[in-house]
Amino acid sequence: MKKYLSLVLFLFVFVSLFTSVAFAQETTPTDNQVNAIAKQLFCPVCQNTPLDVCPTEACRQWRELIRQMLSEGKTEAEILQYFEDQYGPRVRQEPPRAGFSWLAYIIPLLVIAAGVFFLFRALKGWTKAPVAESASGGVRNDVSKKVSAQDDYVVRLEDELKKRK
Amino acid sequence: MIPDFGYGVLVLTFFMALYSAIAGIYASINKSQKLAESARRAMLLTFPLLSISSLSLIYLLVNNHFEVAFVYEVTSRTMPTYLKVTSWWGGQAGSLLFWSWLLSAFTSAVSIRKWDRDREFLPWVMVVCGITLAFFLSLAVFFENPFVKYWQTMSGEIVESVFRVKDAILFTPQDGRGLNPLLRHPGMVIHPPMLYLGFVSFVIPYAFAMAALITGRSDDRWIRLTRRWTLWAWLFLSFGLVLGGRWAYDVLGWGGYWGWDPVEIAAFMPWLTGTAFLHSVMIQEKRGMLKQWNMILVILTYDLVIFGTFLTRSGVLSSVHSFAQSAIGPMFFGFIVITFLSSTALLIWRWPQLRAETEMKSMLSREALFLFNNLLFMSILVVCFWGVIFPLISELFVGEKITVGPPFYERATAPLFASLLFLMAIAPLSAWGHSTLQTLGRASWKSAIVALLITVAIFFTFTQSVPALIGFFLIAFALSITLHEFWRATLARVHAQNENFATAFFTLISRNRRRYGGYIIHISMALMAIGIIGIEGFQYETQGTLASGESLNIADYTVTYRELASWDDAPNGVNYTRAVVDVSENGVYLGTLHPRIDYYFDAEQNMTIPGLRPSLRDDLYILLVDWQPVSSMGATFKIYVNPLMNWLWLGSLLFFVGITVAAWPDKDPEAQSARVRGKVYHSSSAD
Amino acid sequence: MTEENIVPKRGVALWTQITIFAFLVGLLALVGIGLQRAQKPMAEFNQPVPDFDIFYYEGYEYNNTPKMKLSDFQGKVVLVNIWASWCKPCEQEAPELQEAWQFYKEGGQVVFVGVDYVDTPIGAKQYLTKFNITFPNAPDLQSSISSILNRNMGVPESYVIDRQGILRSVKIGPFASVNEIKAFVDAWLE
Repeated sequence: MKKYLSLVLFLFVFVSLFTSVAFAQETTPTDNQVNAIAKQLFCPVCQNTPLDVCPTEACRQWRELIRQMLSEGKTEAEILQYFEDQYGPRVRQEPPRAGFSWLAYIIPLLVIAAGVFFLFRALKGWTKAPVAESASGGVRNDVSKKVSAQDDYVVRLEDELKKRK
Repeated sequence: MIPDFGYGVLVLTFFMALYSAIAGIYASINKSQKLAESARRAMLLTFPLLSISSLSLIYLLVNNHFEVAFVYEVTSRTMPTYLKVTSWWGGQAGSLLFWSWLLSAFTSAVSIRKWDRDREFLPWVMVVCGITLAFFLSLAVFFENPFVKYWQTMSGEIVESVFRVKDAILFTPQDGRGLNPLLRHPGMVIHPPMLYLGFVSFVIPYAFAMAALITGRSDDRWIRLTRRWTLWAWLFLSFGLVLGGRWAYDVLGWGGYWGWDPVEIAAFMPWLTGTAFLHSVMIQEKRGMLKQWNMILVILTYDLVIFGTFLTRSGVLSSVHSFAQSAIGPMFFGFIVITFLSSTALLIWRWPQLRAETEMKSMLSREALFLFNNLLFMSILVVCFWGVIFPLISELFVGEKITVGPPFYERATAPLFASLLFLMAIAPLSAWGHSTLQTLGRASWKSAIVALLITVAIFFTFTQSVPALIGFFLIAFALSITLHEFWRATLARVHAQNENFATAFFTLISRNRRRYGGYIIHISMALMAIGIIGIEGFQYETQGTLASGESLNIADYTVTYRELASWDDAPNGVNYTRAVVDVSENGVYLGTLHPRIDYYFDAEQNMTIPGLRPSLRDDLYILLVDWQPVSSMGATFKIYVNPLMNWLWLGSLLFFVGITVAAWPDKDPEAQSARVRGKVYHSSSAD
Repeated sequence: MTEENIVPKRGVALWTQITIFAFLVGLLALVGIGLQRAQKPMAEFNQPVPDFDIFYYEGYEYNNTPKMKLSDFQGKVVLVNIWASWCKPCEQEAPELQEAWQFYKEGGQVVFVGVDYVDTPIGAKQYLTKFNITFPNAPDLQSSISSILNRNMGVPESYVIDRQGILRSVKIGPFASVNEIKAFVDAWLE
């Protein structure tokens, strides 16, 4: 077990060493590396166009900027943070889960939860009622009669199928 | 002359719509049949009148009357005639006229119908239609007038005005600015009309709902009357959305079909409430329940339609970069506030009369499942609405527009859509009134096993991703249950009627169009879900700069760059840059694609047209991103592989088949609904 | 049973009604105010401009101060020119702006401030060098300056703010000549 763990540790160190060496070598980052980051950003000037596919000259410059920052060894998080500092939170495709932006996530959840709550409360009220009524007499029978009358299509279908067997 | 004439007719129609609304109110208060009839006739006239006005505008558009500001803004001499006609809805002012024209077509059509049995509805339907139409016409008449002309004053200044400005002469620019190139695509030519058709036809169910509220008829008559309108509205809206997606896929060049753009969501929101409405009205028809809820849905749908039109028209949400500062924004908003609050007040007033006639008996009954379905649609709506208005709200409180993008919407809605799939799967098995876990389990376990086997197969051949596997399981489950339903019912028919299989199948559908139309739609939704999981979960991409003869590999595909050419198409005002690339898969040559960039001189705008190789397994989607000067002949390509994408389009085709089956007019709708009504009355009198 | 259920026609309780309407009106008001703000520019003409920070580009400071506020210019006429290196029309007016700056620089009564709207630092430096621009220039960090001056913005746009810090005039699009710039500024000089 211990051996196994140290092997993992070693691998981890090795991999991180390897990658940091790769960065230090300052190879030009590929388009795919650039796009992977640009994908998470909006073009700061166009209307809701992701930065990785925006064809304007400005966006080309921004992608070059990402490439440059990558070759300087900046991490993805640093680059995203830089863009947010420079151009405001609206360039992020996904608002950060902090501060005011939390509300973007929480409010819909709360509203949906409220919806679920009210629906179940209403359903409970509805489903309980007939049970209470059943004691008082034939009302319940009438209801089920009506139900089956309205579902006559399904009933007919089931009958046909039974006959076949 | 023609602009003045067109404008005159427009103003006349505005008063006609206003008259219809006011006469409707008076007719109802004074119980005057005559006035109601007068309101109806006025409404009938709006369509021919607006057609005349629209024809004048089309005449101006086609004949290069650039002295008219709208014509100058959306057309140019080089545009072909059909595009000049479609420029009618290519700009703000014209599209308002277009919207009004479509609306008048629907309100006139509704006026024509036989009113004998529903006299009490007539005046109020006229009131609602009249007010809505008058509102849109007022925008065209007072704010965004398509017939405004350019005048040059003595001092050389150019002013816009309908009528002659003192001491000024008419000013005619040499050529117009031309239609936005993005709107020149055939998909974009029909996408807005479809969307608008969907939008305006939802006005009719709303008008009947309001009439029912005001007159206090608590039965489902208004729903029966508008059922088909609603289905057609839904058809058009869905068609509009799908066309928009296809257009985005073909010309926007971002490898996708849906970007969760506020404008897209604006069109999607009424679709959500409309879909919820379509389902929940069935409960009211069958069980006399959810009357209040249906009213809420129809009010929401109507106001979301107005809100959607407002967002798409005013550009208020879009971005910091739009110059459009239009006066119609506040007008729209005011109209939404008035209609929304007054409808809500009406609903609260009638709330007690709209109590359910029967009780919910089981949490697993069909009506309960419909309720869950509604809950899910509303949850998606909440996510969408919140996402759209969040920039406004954040700006209000923290002074910064915080946009939420696709990742937010995808994360928030994916579980909701998955739950919808599950409901869609089991809904056909549950019965009205009562179902238990046992009955559901007994009916579905075979399908569940089939679905499980398919999922296991997918696990070993395609993906190990858990969310995708859940999605595929649900799709397989829904498909196998729904197909099994078709199979069972057809067999029953074969047995009972001694028909051959095909005849039995088709008569089955045609005898129960609503049920089986609905099932077809469910199957199509499952197919579309395959495509959506494919592209959302498994799209992969690569980008690279190639010299002539070099290749890029993605998956099993090899894309080899051959050559690039750039030329001007002067008559159309476009410069094309087109690359030629060969595509092969595992060394087998598949074909040649031509991704290109079109540059429109008049609009100074680029359009990126992908080279596309579709197949049922995946789409190869190649974009030309950049290119070096001709001497070095290098070019940058971005290549997407979009797995299963075509299932989305296939599903949408089947979807239209399904709606058409469900919405196709019965031979004698009145007789049939009278029969059903009789039955309902009969059963309720028996209690 | 239909009859039975409908007979007790109790209306919706008043407080429920009030809650529903309060909620709806609140929601609508929120959206309405948001929409209104989205449509309107923040700074009104003939009104004082809300103060904002200016962090200059290195080498383009005013009096070698890296960070200033707009209010620090009180007593001077300020021309704020919003531009971007990716903006073609901006290039048309860049030489004229620089020439006009040369004209006003010595007097000390007029300040030009270039505000670089959503741009990359590299592109900006190239642009500034290309047109030999020497007047103070600052990036529009988080669009904070442009969103104060005008929400519906395009580039280039120029604003003139008078000695009392009141927004006086705007020029949308590029200036055609040095004289046009002078006329734009001189109107508020005395």
